[in-house]
Amino acid sequence: MTLLTIENLSKRFSSGGREVAAVSDVSLTLEPGETLGLVGASGSGKTTLARILMRLLPADAGAIRFEGEDWLTLSGAELRHRRARMQMVFQDVLGAFNPRATVASVLDDPLRIHNIVPKAERPREIAALLDRVGLLASYAERSIRDVSGGQRQRIAIARAIATKPSLIVLDEAVSALDVSIRGKILELLVELQEERSISYLFVSHDLAVLRAVSHRIAVMETGRLTETGPTRQVIENPQSPAARALIGAVPRLVTEPTEGPSHDV
Amino acid sequence: MSTLCEIRNLSVTYRGQTMPALNQIDLDIAAGERLAIIGESGSGKSTLARAVAGLLPLGAKVAGEMRWSSGHPPLPGRDLGFVFQDPSSSLNPVLDIGEQVAEGARRHLGLSWREAYAHALKMLERVRIPEPDKAMKAFPHQLSGGQRQRVAIAAALATRPGILIADEATSALDMAVQAEIVSLLDELVREAGMTLIFITHDIALASGFADRVAIFKDGRLVEIGPTGHVLSSPRETYTRMLIASHRDLTTTPLIREAAS
Repeated sequence: MTLLTIENLSKRFSSGGREVAAVSDVSLTLEPGETLGLVGASGSGKTTLARILMRLLPADAGAIRFEGEDWLTLSGAELRHRRARMQMVFQDVLGAFNPRATVASVLDDPLRIHNIVPKAERPREIAALLDRVGLLASYAERSIRDVSGGQRQRIAIARAIATKPSLIVLDEAVSALDVSIRGKILELLVELQEERSISYLFVSHDLAVLRAVSHRIAVMETGRLTETGPTRQVIENPQSPAARALIGAVPRLVTEPTEGPSHDV
Repeated sequence: MSTLCEIRNLSVTYRGQTMPALNQIDLDIAAGERLAIIGESGSGKSTLARAVAGLLPLGAKVAGEMRWSSGHPPLPGRDLGFVFQDPSSSLNPVLDIGEQVAEGARRHLGLSWREAYAHALKMLERVRIPEPDKAMKAFPHQLSGGQRQRVAIAAALATRPGILIADEATSALDMAVQAEIVSLLDELVREAGMTLIFITHDIALASGFADRVAIFKDGRLVEIGPTGHVLSSPRETYTRMLIASHRDLTTTPLIREAAS
C-alpha cells in the first residue's frame, strides 16, 4: 500500500503586498521503503512542501494521505500520537536541538513523549540507538555541543528512528557535512532503510547526493513539480529545463588541466 | 610566473587556543595564478585566507613570515578583495547597494561620489545583476542570495585589486547559482589578470578551473601542485581519500536500483 499520497497541494505566501505561490498544485506518492529525492534551486518550494508535510505550516489547498489517514485534518492528541510515524532530520542540527541538552536527553525525549519503552528501559534503549548509528554508549553523557558535526547528525538520525517511524523527511541532511563524513552518513541512512523499510523524502539542492540514495527524483521549480521519474531516467534523460540546469550544475572532478570551468552554464 | 608572496613557516594560534589553527606552512603564491586552497572543517584554510588578507582577529599569535614581492602587504579593500561565504553578513543591511559598491572606489581610487556611483553601476553590469540601475537603490535583503554574492563580488572588485580571495564564496548558494558564480569569478579574474585564491571544501569545484591546488588538513599543508597533477596522481593518502569521497552523477549509487 502506498505510504504517502500528496494531492494538489498548494501554499501561497504574501509579502509586501506581493503574492508568491510557494507550492502550486503538487502531487506526489511515496511507497514503503522508498526514497524520493526532491530537488530544486533555492526558492523552488521544496522546503515549504516538507514543512507542510511535517504539519509545521498549514496548506492552502490539497490533501495528504499518510498511512491511510487524512493527515492534514488530524489535530491535537491524535496528531501528536501519529507524529511518531513521521520524523525529520534538518541541515542545522545544532539549531534543532536545545544547546544545553546532553545526548542522552535528546534521545530520551522522543522515547518518553511517545512512550516507546518504559522509563527503566530507556537508558538501555538510548545505548542501543547510539550503537545503531555507530556511536559509543559513553556519548550519552556528553553535551550536544561537544560532539562533532558528523556525530551530531548521527544523533539526529538516532532521534528520528527512536519512535520507529515509517517516513523520515531529510531536509538537506548532509549538506553541511565534510565530504568524508557525508558518505558515511548516507551509507547509514541506506542501511537503516534496508533494515527497517523506512521511506525517505530527501530534500536537497544537491543532485549528486540524491543520485546516491534516491529511487525516484522529483524536480521542483518556482513551486511547481516539473518532472518526476526513476532516478536514472531523470538524470540520463531529463525532460525539463529545471532538471537539465540542476544536472549541469553538479561539479565534476576534472583530473586533466582545462581551459575553464567544467560547468555547463 | 613571478612570485607574489612567499609564505615561510607560517603558524597562527587564535587567542585562548593551545593548538595552532595553521601549523608551519610553506607556500608560494604566484602572480596571476588561480590557487585553490582545499580542506575540510578545521583544516586551517580560512585561517590562511585571513592571514594573507591581514584580517586575523586581534590576539591571534602569528609566527613565521609572509614576504610580499611589492615589499609590503596588500591593503585590504584596495590591493586585495575578499568575498566571504555569507553575503548577508558581509554586506551592510542599512546601506543601499550602490553606496556599498561605490564606497571602496571613492576611498581608494580617489573618485568623487558621483564618479564612484557611475563606477559602481558599471561594476554591477559586469557581474551581470539584472536591472543594475534598480539594484543600485536596493537594500541587501531585497536581493536573492546569488544576487547578493554578485554584489559582494562587485564591491570586492570595484577598486581593481590585484588579488581576490574567495572564502567558500559559493558554499551557501544552491548548485545552479554556485555554477554561475564560479564561472563569473573565473571570467572576471581571467580578464583582469588577477591572482585568485579560492578557498573551498569542494575538490571537484576547484578542479574545474584552478591552476594549482593546495590540500590542507588539521592546520597543515598536505600536498600542493598543479591541479591536473594532484588530481590524477595524488601523493598523499588524505588527498586520495578526498578524491575518492567525491560524488557526482556518475558515481555508483548506494542503493540497489530497480532494473529499468
